Amino acid sequence: MSEYVLQVEHLSKSFEKGKAVLQDVSFSVKKGEVVVIVGPSGCGKSTFLRCLNMLEPIDEGNIYLNGTVINRKDKNVSKIREKIGMVFQSYDLFPHMTIWKNILLAPKLVQKRDKQETQAQAEQLLKRVGLWEKKDAFPRQLSGGQKQRVAIVRALLMNPEVLLLDEITASLDPEMVREVLQVVLELAKEGRTMVIVTHEMEFARAVADRVIFMDQGAIVEEEKPGEFFRYPKTERAKKFLNTFHFEALEI
Amino acid sequence: MDFEFIYENIPLYMEAAKLTISIAAWGILGSIIIGLLCSMIKELRIPVLRNIVQFYIELSRNTPLLIQLFFLYFGLPKVGILLSSEACAITGLTFLGGSYMAEAFRAGIDNVAQSQRESSYSLGMTRQQTFIHIILPQAVATAMPAFIANVIFLIKETSVFSVVALADLMYVAKDLIGISYKTDEALLMLVVAYLVILLPISVIGSWIERRVRYAGFGNRSAVSGD
Repeated sequence: MSEYVLQVEHLSKSFEKGKAVLQDVSFSVKKGEVVVIVGPSGCGKSTFLRCLNMLEPIDEGNIYLNGTVINRKDKNVSKIREKIGMVFQSYDLFPHMTIWKNILLAPKLVQKRDKQETQAQAEQLLKRVGLWEKKDAFPRQLSGGQKQRVAIVRALLMNPEVLLLDEITASLDPEMVREVLQVVLELAKEGRTMVIVTHEMEFARAVADRVIFMDQGAIVEEEKPGEFFRYPKTERAKKFLNTFHFEALEI
Repeated sequence: MDFEFIYENIPLYMEAAKLTISIAAWGILGSIIIGLLCSMIKELRIPVLRNIVQFYIELSRNTPLLIQLFFLYFGLPKVGILLSSEACAITGLTFLGGSYMAEAFRAGIDNVAQSQRESSYSLGMTRQQTFIHIILPQAVATAMPAFIANVIFLIKETSVFSVVALADLMYVAKDLIGISYKTDEALLMLVVAYLVILLPISVIGSWIERRVRYAGFGNRSAVSGD
């Protein structure tokens, strides 16, 4: 067993020849650690997250889960994804199923877990995010924030080794952002291993054990949140962080 | 208009209608199965099979049913395969309908957001599991209007079955005209018979379409402002 849950070595990827989206990215996540990736739009942070789950094929490098390389053709990709939970910007609940079925489908189908045990855990998780009464509703009957909380529960119910959150508040109305981030903060407190891509800087500062700043497909800075947000080392990071200070706007 | 003649011949048309309906029902059932198989092969990108499916779809959609029936009824016996009129009719209709259904399902499948697949894969579900539990149920709902149009189209296509000596509605009408020369009456009854079969299907069809549209899942508006 490696002390790292996730490890990435020299990952490179391009969508078109010669145009690298990710260049020689290396990083690792320890058990219980929360790593937040920030950076300007198009810097490759979402693509990077999707590579970790093999939703995007990579050109070069290696990805390890608990010390075992996973990006090989002979590996059963579904078996690996089972252990890596992911929540998306657009929630992507299954619209034709109730909330209850949405969250129970994969544990039943993929993990073939004991029904009673899964249901008990599902009930507990839904209650925790305050959506137990919505279990028989369909996704379309829920607000964005509620849908996103269900999506988090759906991922958690698989008991993943690591949770990947890809801009999960980016399409939410401001008043709903808080209820979703609150859930994530609690998960962080109880020691969940997470890799989070977000544009919410306040949240990043609060939740992160480590912040990674990406720009143009490469990791530019890697720091403790206190350090990074107060004393960014590179010009690019300074410039990026400045865009979040609205008082700096020239009107 | 000889109403007595019409009245006398209603049972004849009823018999023929029963035959038409039963052939159509079997043919449509076959079409649905072939259509599902084809769309599954294409979605799962099974090598070789998907090329065969593509070839079949092009062949089936670009030749008239009449020619397909001739081939089955007059062509196959030459190589020692003898099919009854009914078997010919059902096989022919399935051969034609399978490709139309495949295309209808295909359109429905393409309409399911790519992110639905990714969200399913990220839960550890395989391609097959994703297809059966996530893609297909949503695809069927969006494919419903095209599906119902195909059902009606296939029932209408049954009117060429008389060429393989099947005593369907068209056959009976032609027969009556030949015997009695009461062309107007026979044709009127033919039109009415098809309407009696098709109108209810059309009405039920649009009712189902409305149902699935309201069920609508809100799929397209999954991302606000998208």
